[in-house]
Amino acid sequence: MSRYDAIVVGAGHNGLTSAAFLAKAGLKVIVLERNPWIGGATVSRELHPNWIYSNCSYVCSLLRPEIYRALELSRHGLQIVPYGGGVTFTRDGDLLGGYVDKEVRRREVARFSARDADAYLRYGRDVMRQCKLVRALLMRTPPDPTSFRPRDLKELLHVGREFGKLGEAAIYDTIRFHTMSIADYLGEYFESDVVKATFAGSGIIGTALGVQSPGTAYVLLHHYMGDVDGQMGAWGFARGGMGSVSKALAAALAAYGGEVRVSAPVARINVRGGRATGVVLDNGDEFEAPVVISGLDPKRTFLKLMDPKDLTPKLVKSARDFKIRGSSGKLNIALDGRPTFTALGAKHPLYAGDMHFLDSLERYERAYDDWKRGTWSKDPYLDLLMPSMTDPTMAPPGKHFMSVFVQYVPPLVEGREWTDADREGFKKTVFAQISRYSPDFEKLVLHAEVRTPKELEAEVGLTEGNIFQGELTFDQLLFNRPFPGYAQYRGPVRGMYMCGSGTHPGGGVMAAPGANAAREVLMDLRRASTVPEGWSDD
Amino acid sequence: MTDAGRIVVIGAGHNGLTCAAYLARAGREVLVLEAAHQVGGAAVTRELTRGFRVPAVAHLLQLLDPRVQKELDLARHGLALARPALKTVALNPEGEPLVLEGNRIVSGPASAADRAAYPDFIDRMRRYAGVLARQHGRVPPRLAWGSWREALPAGLIALDIRRLGREDMREFLRVVTMPIHDLLEESFESPALKGAIALDAVLGTKLGPRSGNSVFTYLHRLSGESQDPALPRGGMGAVSEALAAAARAAGAEIRLSAPVATLIVVDGCVTGVKLESGEEIGAQAVVSNADPKTTLRTLLGARHLEAEFARRLEHTRSIGTAAKLNLALAGPPQFTGLAPALAGERLLIAPDSGYVDEAFNPAKYRDYSRSPVLEITVPSVADPELAPVGKHVLSAIVQYAPYDLAAGWDNERDAYREILIGVLERHAPGLRKLIVAAEVLTPLDLERQFRMGGGHWHHGEMTIDQFMMLRPVPGAAQYAMPVAGLYLCGAGCHPGGGVMGAAGRNAARVVLEGAPR
Amino acid sequence: MRAPAGHYLQTVCYTPFHSRTAAANSLNLWHRWRDHTVADAYFDVGLEYTALRNACAVFDLSPMTKHRITGPDALPFLNRLVTRDVAKIKPGRVGYCLWCDDQGQVIDDGTIFHLRENDYRLCSQERQLDWLLTSALGFDVSIREETEEVASLALQGPTSCAVLKSLGLAAIETLTPFAMRSFAFEGTELGVSRTGFTGDLGYELWIDPAHAERLWDRLFEAGEFHGLKPMGTHALEMSRIEAGFIQAGVDFLPADRAIRADRTRSPFELDLAWLVDFKKPNFTGRRALLEEQRHGSRFRLVRLDVEGNKPAKDAYIYDGKRNVIGAVTCSMWSPMAKASIALASVKVPFGAPGEELWAEIYYQKELKWSRVNARCRVLTGPFFDPPRRRLTPAPER
Repeated sequence: MSRYDAIVVGAGHNGLTSAAFLAKAGLKVIVLERNPWIGGATVSRELHPNWIYSNCSYVCSLLRPEIYRALELSRHGLQIVPYGGGVTFTRDGDLLGGYVDKEVRRREVARFSARDADAYLRYGRDVMRQCKLVRALLMRTPPDPTSFRPRDLKELLHVGREFGKLGEAAIYDTIRFHTMSIADYLGEYFESDVVKATFAGSGIIGTALGVQSPGTAYVLLHHYMGDVDGQMGAWGFARGGMGSVSKALAAALAAYGGEVRVSAPVARINVRGGRATGVVLDNGDEFEAPVVISGLDPKRTFLKLMDPKDLTPKLVKSARDFKIRGSSGKLNIALDGRPTFTALGAKHPLYAGDMHFLDSLERYERAYDDWKRGTWSKDPYLDLLMPSMTDPTMAPPGKHFMSVFVQYVPPLVEGREWTDADREGFKKTVFAQISRYSPDFEKLVLHAEVRTPKELEAEVGLTEGNIFQGELTFDQLLFNRPFPGYAQYRGPVRGMYMCGSGTHPGGGVMAAPGANAAREVLMDLRRASTVPEGWSDD
Repeated sequence: MTDAGRIVVIGAGHNGLTCAAYLARAGREVLVLEAAHQVGGAAVTRELTRGFRVPAVAHLLQLLDPRVQKELDLARHGLALARPALKTVALNPEGEPLVLEGNRIVSGPASAADRAAYPDFIDRMRRYAGVLARQHGRVPPRLAWGSWREALPAGLIALDIRRLGREDMREFLRVVTMPIHDLLEESFESPALKGAIALDAVLGTKLGPRSGNSVFTYLHRLSGESQDPALPRGGMGAVSEALAAAARAAGAEIRLSAPVATLIVVDGCVTGVKLESGEEIGAQAVVSNADPKTTLRTLLGARHLEAEFARRLEHTRSIGTAAKLNLALAGPPQFTGLAPALAGERLLIAPDSGYVDEAFNPAKYRDYSRSPVLEITVPSVADPELAPVGKHVLSAIVQYAPYDLAAGWDNERDAYREILIGVLERHAPGLRKLIVAAEVLTPLDLERQFRMGGGHWHHGEMTIDQFMMLRPVPGAAQYAMPVAGLYLCGAGCHPGGGVMGAAGRNAARVVLEGAPR
Repeated sequence: MRAPAGHYLQTVCYTPFHSRTAAANSLNLWHRWRDHTVADAYFDVGLEYTALRNACAVFDLSPMTKHRITGPDALPFLNRLVTRDVAKIKPGRVGYCLWCDDQGQVIDDGTIFHLRENDYRLCSQERQLDWLLTSALGFDVSIREETEEVASLALQGPTSCAVLKSLGLAAIETLTPFAMRSFAFEGTELGVSRTGFTGDLGYELWIDPAHAERLWDRLFEAGEFHGLKPMGTHALEMSRIEAGFIQAGVDFLPADRAIRADRTRSPFELDLAWLVDFKKPNFTGRRALLEEQRHGSRFRLVRLDVEGNKPAKDAYIYDGKRNVIGAVTCSMWSPMAKASIALASVKVPFGAPGEELWAEIYYQKELKWSRVNARCRVLTGPFFDPPRRRLTPAPER
């Protein structure tokens, strides 16, 4: 039996973050990880010799700079490298380039619509307003709107004040923004279908909704609210793959005296007398601590790690009803050289950017219809990147690592488990989509890892393979995340906490849930907080 | 022109009539101008063919504001119900239908668990709907909280939500933006039950059961006084007739066949209307029961608005997806598995939520459903005077049939009618042979015949982004339009669609404040 | 038909005068005016400025955004767009104007050129196509950006009229301020308007880009004995501050770019009430501006005469009791006024004409930073306003 001040279940980026802040406060902390490696879905894996795959999460923007700085992640080896631009290929052989230079980008949009090129500024302003509002909430614990406790009332007032500062017209826009579909939202700015399609992807990544589904405008925000060195909405790579993020977090944890144990799958969280007392591993080893923090998703946490008799039936129902549908897949590919995309030609700066293949909202929506019917999209949305175009550590010189995120991919195929034939069919679909725009792509493939929601669940432990640990719809955001009444990181028994992406502010490699949870734990322990306050955008 | 104190109401729809009645009761000179030759707008009873009268568009009464009924004494003005509360029957071509009444499952294919859970579900939903219902009689607030006084009206709404109590409030805030499909998956297991509720949530909207906001549209449907819909005697036109009688009794004048061509604007103020006949009628205030886009773009002209306002108006969503099928039948239709006693109830074709969702999908691509969902009534069962003895009329609302059909409704209407009749025939074998006359009103026809822009029954989608202070356009949700002398009173304003009368009643209050004698 | 995709290879665009401005730019100092490369200075900012106030100088303003508005509803459209009465701008005349959003906050300012019946050109700092098309809902107008289709030069200064005369533009001296006229010029049409951004006697020339270089060459031939020099943006900036003209993005934030609600300004708050004509029954922002007129403004843009010789760059403005009440938006040492001058945005009720305020100025000499609190006086008129600006016939020297 080993005794600790706090146990964190799962060495994902949020678990490590939580643990690091607690260790920084002087607690004796251990992180228990099921896999023989750390990182959860924030990993670099050498699945093909000499190639590094960011085989789950693959880009970085949301990671809170406050956390980056407080945990000295730079000193622990983390380097974020912004990458350049993006491209949408059109069926007629053309492309819409998202160039980094804003005037060049404007000219590019103007090729499709002069008006849209100008409307882009209005769009940027309105989305930035929403970003500013939501960013002010990221490093805070959501208030419980039903509570009369002074802290909740104070927080509610704070939120109300932030809201009020927007001014009347923007308040209306905010309500609308959070309840609209991305298709309708984009329709208020743009006329060109290609332009709309270029922006729509951010509204559906990782989401079991179509572009016409109300609620998807918020998902777009979730992908815009990050920044790289103050450049809001910019995305970058973690040098060395996403595993560098977890590696740096683990190094920070170690520097503060915390411990990580891998290949240590937790079987159950022990509860005695209405208090969490520790955990027991699959092999029977027991760990004792007055604080147990789960970095796993809410379904796993409450339905697998906890004994239903320690929970109220209502909470068990909430956990069962928690929406965590998988909708994404991924291909990780080692390439013998850089493929040529016909529309880009032999040389083009946007080879370093993210590539997209849907040029109309209808194609997006039909891709979703396939998912609804229980199959992967036959004309899928791909977010394709070659990190090795920017990051020289990912593949041998001249060779490339290609990360292909695929939307939509169902957790079950027509209601049954994925078979090898399904997986092969899925891979073919994605290859075909890429080959349509890059005829030499397939013959450059040295190795390809195919990941459906099933692999993501089996390997990383994300239920149904949902990349955000739970869908990002309003019924599961803010004070509703993961469930109403449990949005302040505290579990249903004393001493038990949640710190995963299933809590506010949700998924993406943000680390804010982990940090916020640590703050709440320290508050309950009456210790000084080591968690930084959010930086103001003014 | 003796227009000093006159108020002109454009359109004798139920909200226009309600508004006119209240204005007249306050002693104002009121002139209602109606384009059609009868009052009622979409709440009318029309002769389909000799001897057969049908509720042409709306066919059930569920949301009529009780204050309007009482204050205008509609009973005295002739409103009577042929049936006060219809049961809901989800048809099942393979066997026994599911029958719902109030908060209970009466019979049919539903699991024991669902039977047990349904009453609690409905009661809960009605409590949530109560939050909306409490807003019906209020003019929506503006959301500018520079001061406590400005914040107060918004605070009142928050208070309404808080009054639900902690558990209900939490659940309300969780479910209110959800897709009905997800809520049904959490709550029930029987497909027929889920199908029936899904249909109720999405009828009259361009939403599928898996679309966010569809719990909200369901709550709107439940926000009336009574749980079950009623059938007015004489068809829906009887409601309008009663409202018209109340308005006339209070002194309002109603002119039929008097379509308005434009509003007259002098120095940025609306000073009257010009009819298509060329006649000009001056007014101190003009209240429009037409939908917001028709009123502000067509009758007023966007040039009289400010630019952002015009843009916001342009982007309000009002693509109608509901069509209407009206049949005159030589005998009673025989629906498979339906006991004769249930023939006059509200019949649904929506076997499960997935079916409703599949029916929705084509609408996204400007196509209609080949396997549509239907809400059917045979009003002549309870109200035999609608058809010759032994004969019947059937009225069905059909989805999804988008206004902006890619192929064009004028090319597709006949094919569509055949599809609908085919669906009915499958559920009521032999029905086709009974048809004496048939009429399909697509959203395009609704726009042409009933002047509803986009053929949208509710004058605009009833989603959260177009609700209350956002309806029809943020900043102008208080019935008074940004052009002096012009008001809206129709379903395009708070609290929206359905034969409610609340918008007309609220608008009258604002007009009386804004246009004092 | 879409334009070809290869434009990205060219990061910046060049104005139609580039071959000439490049040859003249002995300092090789450039900056990017949105998409175009323009000269900051050609040989010496001070001498360029002096050329402008003493003889004349030419500035390449081709990147200025130009929109063409035509059609039967062009006038009602413009009248709904801008706050002043456009009906008063007769054909052949130019008018300064600004336009607001529905909240009465200024989006941009610019000039309307009434070319002929139902045909207008709108020049502005920012691109406005989205807003113009939004504003066109319900009007029978066609709107098109024509920035690239018109090359333009500003010819400003006391000898500018003489230069144009030498160029052969007959009776140019009779052109009144804010009037324009067309001249035949080497087989094409040269538009000349008596307008500018310098507060001096001056003209703006408009021509088909294909003839741009020719115009430049002929102008410099004609200007040889009139002291004509090229002038970059730095010298222009000096002259516009002296003239008291405001610039979008400097003295006010265009309302359509503002993320924060309290950063925008209304016409009243920019001291441009004279541009707001409430006699018009409708224009965008009218309701909000009426409301503001009733309830008062939040800010006031003031011209400040700053005591001493330190330019009040980025200075906070204090009232007499040491409360911060605003900040300087632009400032300079004015060679013409021989004073340190500034525009500043201050909170109402401060900034009444004649009022005494204080500027907290930080400046450094040889890397040593110092601070002074300089007394400022709120002025009523522009810092520099020579009579030649208004005289018709225009003086030759």
